[in-house]
Amino acid sequence: MSDAPEWLKHAKQHMNLTPYLAGIGGEIMDIGTPARARVPYSEKLIGDPETGVVHGGVITGLLDHTSGLAVMVKLREPMPIATLDLRIDYMRPAKPHQDIIAECECVRVTHEVAFVRGTAHQGDANDPIALCTGAFMIIRGGVHGIPVTPA
Amino acid sequence: MIDYRTADPAKLMEAIPYCRHLGIVAAVEGGSLLLTMPFAQHLIGNPVLPALHGGVIGSLLETAAIAQVIFETRGARLPKPVDITVDYLRSGRAVDSYARARIARQGKRVVNVHAEMWQEDEAKPVANLRGHFLIS
Repeated sequence: MSDAPEWLKHAKQHMNLTPYLAGIGGEIMDIGTPARARVPYSEKLIGDPETGVVHGGVITGLLDHTSGLAVMVKLREPMPIATLDLRIDYMRPAKPHQDIIAECECVRVTHEVAFVRGTAHQGDANDPIALCTGAFMIIRGGVHGIPVTPA
Repeated sequence: MIDYRTADPAKLMEAIPYCRHLGIVAAVEGGSLLLTMPFAQHLIGNPVLPALHGGVIGSLLETAAIAQVIFETRGARLPKPVDITVDYLRSGRAVDSYARARIARQGKRVVNVHAEMWQEDEAKPVANLRGHFLIS
């Protein structure tokens, strides 16, 4: 997104280089509303060796990552965030050999907490693999080691 | 072909590519399974802190739940997750992680499972999971 603030573009780059995301071969697609990320199918993501279906943890990981990104999109400045909880409803197994796309939207930001809804699908958002609901802590004071821009 | 009715938990972890990717190993300890995930760089979600990725923590907990269901119910098929809720209690540090699960309720088709993950001190859990899984 060209109209995104500089710090958010920087955060996108940073979130793209996260070792876990890089390790599963995932990448961020959009920092907007919704925030989007995808992970291409690969052998190392398989959770069911007989069917080749991807492990549920991959979907959880991608949704968690994209949810965090969706929270950042709604913040006015860079702030550390931490997942409080995440609920995943698995609608159907992911089809092997197809990308998994996560689309998440931060529906509300309060002073301390941000609330996120998201979907994981394989190209058709109306045929989801999973739905997620998450709450994130916004750490306004910052945590040691992470510089926070003063308000 | 994996026979889930007789599969050895340690061999099962080796047979599942994503568990191998995360480095998860399982051992039988008393009546339940103990899962260990040795720290590795590619498990990191926040390199500054550093902290484990929330998705890695969720993956370890879901794996603990599934493995415990296989171990206890010995159905013919791999349990299928219906829903999971993960509560994150503290940041997962760049050290080894452990997880254990227990079946809270087993029905004919569905089981309710609780799992917990910790690092150095089992009394200080990093995260926990509640979930439903379909069995056969």
